[in-house]
Amino acid sequence: MISTQKHPNEVKGSDVERALATPAGSYSLEKLLALISPAAEDYLEEMAQQARQLTIQRFGRTIRLYAPLYLSNYCINNCRYCGFNKENKSERRRLTIEQAVSEADVIASEGFRDILLVSSEDRKFISIDYLSELAGRLRGKFSSISIEVYQMTTKEYAKLFAAGIEGITLYQETYDRDIYRKYHPAGPKADYDHRLSAADSIAQAGMREIGIAVLLGLSDWRLEALALGEHAHYLMKRYWKSRVSFSFPRLRPAKNVDRTQFSFLSDKNLVQMIIALRLCFADSGLVLSTRESAELRDHLIEVGITKISAGSKTSPGGYSQPTNAVEQFEIDDTRSPAQVAEMIRAHGFEPVWKDWDIAFVKSCKSEE
Amino acid sequence: MDKLAIADREFNSRLLVGTGKFASCEIMAEALEKSGTEIVTVALRRVDIENKNDDMLRAINVKKYLLLPNTSGARDAEEAVRLSKLARAATGINWVKLEVTPDPYYLLPDPVETLKAAEILVKDGFIVLPYINADPVLAKRLEDAGTATVMPLASPIGSKQGLRTRAALEIIIEQANVPVVVDAGLGLPSHAADAMEMGADAVLVNTAIATAAEPSRMATAFKLAVEAGRTAYKAGAAAAGKRASASSPLTGFLRDNKEEK
Repeated sequence: MISTQKHPNEVKGSDVERALATPAGSYSLEKLLALISPAAEDYLEEMAQQARQLTIQRFGRTIRLYAPLYLSNYCINNCRYCGFNKENKSERRRLTIEQAVSEADVIASEGFRDILLVSSEDRKFISIDYLSELAGRLRGKFSSISIEVYQMTTKEYAKLFAAGIEGITLYQETYDRDIYRKYHPAGPKADYDHRLSAADSIAQAGMREIGIAVLLGLSDWRLEALALGEHAHYLMKRYWKSRVSFSFPRLRPAKNVDRTQFSFLSDKNLVQMIIALRLCFADSGLVLSTRESAELRDHLIEVGITKISAGSKTSPGGYSQPTNAVEQFEIDDTRSPAQVAEMIRAHGFEPVWKDWDIAFVKSCKSEE
Repeated sequence: MDKLAIADREFNSRLLVGTGKFASCEIMAEALEKSGTEIVTVALRRVDIENKNDDMLRAINVKKYLLLPNTSGARDAEEAVRLSKLARAATGINWVKLEVTPDPYYLLPDPVETLKAAEILVKDGFIVLPYINADPVLAKRLEDAGTATVMPLASPIGSKQGLRTRAALEIIIEQANVPVVVDAGLGLPSHAADAMEMGADAVLVNTAIATAAEPSRMATAFKLAVEAGRTAYKAGAAAAGKRASASSPLTGFLRDNKEEK
């Protein structure tokens, strides 16, 4: 973890006020430290107002929508918080390309043009070739394709970029080395430093969007948020053509996961973290999944979230047929995409299904 | 107000409007109406250009407005050219607002790639309106390459900071033989009026209208500001502003001497 001059507990109200007086949307470690501190909890409303105003200025009155498509839940890792943990003796499923295309057809029929392909570490089946081929099959239906799978090399990422995949989401899970070791005891993911280098590989491959996050609930969220901010800042300075976005996966109950082991994050602190990151990174996408409740999601689109999923099924094959295959996590917001879009409109925002174009892909044929 | 001529067309309005960031297509359509604009720019990434039922495209009356596709999101010349060609193939529109913005945060235009793309597109028969930083030499290079306008930014896009690039804009306006459309960063009607008083041929506004509490009223305000600024410019206000008229003239003594004689 990073070291700052102060611990979040030492931040005073005057430090928070000073942070709030700096231009909204600019980053410094001291500013983020102030905004994620316990002292800042007394300033949440003021922070929320600034965050809302800044988000509307930079993103307009719009919320982007996407859907995840789960390809496989076979896994060689044993992350202790995850439903796909290899030691979890549940029914496993992986989709053939044909099956994945059928699932994608259901997603497309709901209006989505932005799709996130998700898989556990099942490299043998969900190979680079598999993902390239699937991306090629989906390009006619979706304007934006991104993936959240196992870590790859720069060369592999570059191959996927050429196939039309423009964004990669990959979480460090925790920036605390000791805690990382505890939760990732074996498998390829056990190597902390290797994991940390993933975002660099993604950017070096030319990907447009890099999604980073910590799994909230593993460690002290305040320290994690600081590390996340530093990681993002490092990436932005170094890879100026890739956009960094943040997700807020909050640990949720999953099958065979011992709930007593984790420190679940309160709604209030989740809101604080979202707002704090917005006030430090004006133009970063802030992404929220259906792990969160409908009620909370409805509020969060007002204070900085710019992209949400809807109608998600987190087990492979879940869109076209009900399945017993294990889910990665349990869905809380079970509303349909149409209902979520209606909610967005009711809040005075436009639901945006398409904000990218497959014409950006190099191999896409142009007029001549 | 005198007409604005770009390429082979004339327009009654000197306000171009962008279509991003609105809360709904209905609100956008109303704002376009109130703005009096005749040129509406649309991000190709945002619409299904091949689909006539696209919500946003349906909300823009193409009989009333020139639909100006833009290449927002393109990181280099190659991408911008590819997008432009696809848009032309789908719509028959050969106008393009060229945007090459490799930096995803401030969306500042890449001068090298913009010039490269402009050269290719002009040769290919496009009417090119390039978005650029307020760089007078680049503006001349683009004009030489055959672009229909230059569109220098007033300040970073969406920032609403107004004419931060004033000194460079003045040079661009002074030197240009093509219309200068001040694009990006105009946050208030007074900023737009300011640009027009300076001699800009037109302005483009998006965020300031789309994110106002009442977009259609703000659209009206920008319409009036652009008209006021243009009228003031034509009335010679800029010339008057630059001349000094001292209350104690330095050469007054000459007259006094004359009177003594």
